[in-house]
Amino acid sequence: VVVSPDPSSPVVAVAVYYDVGMRSEPEGRTGFAHLFEHLMFQGSASLGKTEHFTYVQGSGGTLNGSTHVDYTNYYEVLPSNAAELALFLEADRMRSVALTQENLENQVAVVQNEIRVNVQNRPYGGFPWLSMPPVLYDSFANTHDGYGSFVDLESATLDDARQFFDRYYAPGNAVLTVVGDVRTAEVQDWVERHFGDIPARKTPKRPSFAEKAITAERRGVVHDRLAPAPAVALAWRTTDPADLETYLPYVVLAEVLTDGDAARLQDRLLLRDRSVTSVGGYLGIMGDSYDARDPTPLVVEVHHPDETPVADVVGAIDEELARLAGDGLGEGELTRTVARMTARYLRELDPYMGRAQQLAVFEQQRSRAELVNELPGLLEGVTAASVQAAAATLRPDNRAMLELRPGDGS
Amino acid sequence: VTASRTVPALGKPRTSRVPTVADVTLPNGLRVLAVRRAGVPLVELRLRIPFAGRGEEHVARAQLLGDTLLSGTDSRDASQIAIDLQSLGGQLHASNDADRLGISGSVLSSGFGGMLDLLGDLLTAASYPKEEVLAERDRLVQELAIHRSQASVVAREALLRRMYGEHPYGRELPGAEAVAEVKPGQLRALHAKRVVPAGSVLTVVGDVQPAKAVAQVEKKLATWTASTKAARTPKLPKHLPGPALLLDRPDAVQTTIRMAGPAPARSAQEYAAVSLANMVFGGYFSSRWTANIREDKGYTYGGHSVFEHPPAGSRLSVSVDVATDVTAPAVLETLYELGRIATVPVSQEELDQARRYAIGSLQLGAASQAGLASMISMLVGADLGVDYLREFPRQLQQVTVDDVLAAAATWMAPSRLTWVLVGDVKAIAVPLEGLIALERG
Repeated sequence: VVVSPDPSSPVVAVAVYYDVGMRSEPEGRTGFAHLFEHLMFQGSASLGKTEHFTYVQGSGGTLNGSTHVDYTNYYEVLPSNAAELALFLEADRMRSVALTQENLENQVAVVQNEIRVNVQNRPYGGFPWLSMPPVLYDSFANTHDGYGSFVDLESATLDDARQFFDRYYAPGNAVLTVVGDVRTAEVQDWVERHFGDIPARKTPKRPSFAEKAITAERRGVVHDRLAPAPAVALAWRTTDPADLETYLPYVVLAEVLTDGDAARLQDRLLLRDRSVTSVGGYLGIMGDSYDARDPTPLVVEVHHPDETPVADVVGAIDEELARLAGDGLGEGELTRTVARMTARYLRELDPYMGRAQQLAVFEQQRSRAELVNELPGLLEGVTAASVQAAAATLRPDNRAMLELRPGDGS
Repeated sequence: VTASRTVPALGKPRTSRVPTVADVTLPNGLRVLAVRRAGVPLVELRLRIPFAGRGEEHVARAQLLGDTLLSGTDSRDASQIAIDLQSLGGQLHASNDADRLGISGSVLSSGFGGMLDLLGDLLTAASYPKEEVLAERDRLVQELAIHRSQASVVAREALLRRMYGEHPYGRELPGAEAVAEVKPGQLRALHAKRVVPAGSVLTVVGDVQPAKAVAQVEKKLATWTASTKAARTPKLPKHLPGPALLLDRPDAVQTTIRMAGPAPARSAQEYAAVSLANMVFGGYFSSRWTANIREDKGYTYGGHSVFEHPPAGSRLSVSVDVATDVTAPAVLETLYELGRIATVPVSQEELDQARRYAIGSLQLGAASQAGLASMISMLVGADLGVDYLREFPRQLQQVTVDDVLAAAATWMAPSRLTWVLVGDVKAIAVPLEGLIALERG
C-alpha cells in the first residue's frame, strides 16, 4: 500500500494494480486478461451489477480500468469524502468478485464491440500494437492478440474466470495506491478495515518472457481495406527495463528521434525530405515507456503517401540512425531533449491519478515507489555517449519491419 | 461465498476553494487571467483568439494558419522555434474551430519568460514561409484523407452539415480542394487581420505569482497591436430535424449513429435541469441508456451524450457505435430511452445521483493545472466568470424532478434531434425503415 497525501484539492485518487497482463493469458484464451477486467465491474459480494459504477459516480467520482501487457489496473478519482467508499469497493471485488454466466456473455458481446470500434471498423486499427508483436517476437506470450480473437472470447468459461481470479488476483499480487486529500493514518485504518481480512493466497511466480535476439531482419505486411494511405512501423528489442541505467538511454533516444519538430526524424522526414505525413516513436508496444517489463521494444511509426516508396522512408531512418550512431548528439541536443521529457513527466504527475498510477507501477515492477521523485534526476544523468551507443544497436539486421498497405491485399 | 457487507457512508464533503484570479485587460485590448496553482513547477497557457469567418476558403486558410503558425518568424526558422520550445521544457500548439483560433501550451516555470518571448514573436512576426506552407498544405491533404476514412468523422461531418447547412458550424474540416489552393500570402493577410489582441483572452495557470505573471505578459506582448477587432460568429439557422440520413459504408461491422439538436447555453436558466436530464439518459456510465444497450443487451462498447457549447448556439450531441446486426434493435432502445426521459418523470434517486456526479466532476476537472487552465479559458470564452464554479453547483442543487421533465421534453425528445447513421446499408436499411423515417445519402 502506497499513500501520498496532498491536500491542495479536495480530491482523492485510488488505484489498484494487479500483476497480470496480456502476456500471462493462457493459449486458446487470447484477450482473457482484458475480458476479465470487464468482469471485475460486474459485481461482488456486497455489490450488484453496475453498483460499483453507481457508488463511484453517485459520490461525484469517475472510474475506469485498463489492461496492459504486464498489468491490469482499476482506478477511481473522487471527492475526498468518498475515499473510504472507494477503498471498500476495491476491497469487495478483490475479496469476492461475483462471476455469472449471464454477465460473462454480456461482457463478451461488449468486448467484441470494443474491438469492432477500435480495430475492425477503424482505419489503422491495432496498427502497430496488435500487428507488430507477431513479427517482432516468437513466443505465444509476446505475439498473441491481447484484445483476443472472437472465437477465444466466445470460448471463455466461468471456470476459466474463477481460476484466473484465484491465481492472479491474490492480494499479494496487487499494489494499492492512494493519493490526495487524505491523512496516512486514516488511510491505514480504512485499508486494514476493508482489505485486512482478505485471506492471503499464494502469489504466482512470474515467468520470464525474454526471447532470443533477432539476427536477421524480419518483415511483415498487413492489409487494411479502410486505410487510404500506407504506413510502416519499425521495432527493435531494447534492454531489460529493470536496469534503468541501460534502459533510460533508449527512452531518451526515442525522444531524440521523434519528439517534436526539433527531433531527428521529424526534421529529416517532415521538414527536409517532406516525404511523409507523420512520424512517431516510443518505448513499449503500447507507448508505456516506464510501465512494461522485459521484453520491451522501441517503435517508430510513419504514415506516408503512396508516392513515397516505403524503401525511401526506411532508408532515410537508417541514415539518420547511422549518423547518430557515428557522430553522436549535437550541441545542447541532450539537454533540451531531457528538459522537455522532464516537463512532460511532471505534467503527467500533476493530476492525482497520474501520480497514483506511476507510484503503483514503480512499486509493482521495481518495489520502488520513490522512483516517482527520482526519475527526473535519473534522466538528467543519462549521458550523450549512452544515447549514441543505444542508437548504434538499432540496425536493419536486428529489427522488425511491418508495412501497412491500403486495400484488401488482392 | 462471502457475506454482503455494509457500504460505508460518505464523509463530510470539503468544498473546493474558487481560485483567486488576476483579471486584467491590457492597453492593446488583450484580456489576461492568471491563477496560482503551484503543484508541479509548470505553467499552462491558453490563448483564445476569435476567428469566425464564412465559406470554405476561410476554413481552409484558418486550418493552415494554425498548422503553420510555428513554421517561422522574421527571426527564427521552424527548426529554431522547435529547438527553443524544447530548451524551455515547453510545448505549444494551435488548433481551430469555427469560432476561434486556440494556442495552448505548457512550460517549465523557469521558462515562462522565454515562452512569452516566443509567443510574442509568433503573434507579431509569424512569416508563413512559402516552402513550409506549401509542404504543410500537401501534408494536410494527406492527413485529411486519413481523418475522413474514419466512420466517426464521416458521420460527424454529415450531421453538422445537415444541422447547419452553409453556416460556419456546418463545416468543421476544410475540403482537400480548398486546402490545395491556399497561398502563403493569404495566410499572412489573414494573420494581420484576425490574429489580434482586442477580443482575445490569455489564461495562465500554474506555478506563478498572478500579478507578476500579468506584468510579464504585458511587457512581452506589448508590441502585439492591431486596429482590427475580432469578428462574431453569425446567427444559426432554424433547426429542422428532418428524416434520418443513412450513409453507406459497405461491409462495415458496426453502424456509427450520431444524433444532435439545439440545447440551452451554459448561462441559461434551464441548463442545470437539462444537463441532469442528460446524465440520467446517457450522460455518464451509470445512465439508463448505458445500462440498457451495453450492460443489459451488449449492443455496443458504449454510448456518449454530451453538450457542446459553441458560442452561436449550444447543442446536445449523442453518439454510439453498435454491431451491424443489432442496428435496428439499438435504435429502438435509443428511441425508447430518449422518449422516456422526455415524457416520464425520473425518480428522485436518479436525480440525486446525477446531481452528485455533476457537482463532483466539476471539482475533479479543476484539480490539476491543465484542467483548471482549460476550464477557466472555457468559462471566459462562454462569457462566464470563474464564479460559475460556485454558482453552477447551487443551480444544480435546486433542480427538481419536474424541472428535469420539462427540460427533457423541450430538448431531448427523439424527433427533435437530427440523426445520421453510417453503416452497411444492405444489412441495416430494411429493418431501420420500419422504425424511423430515412433518407438515403
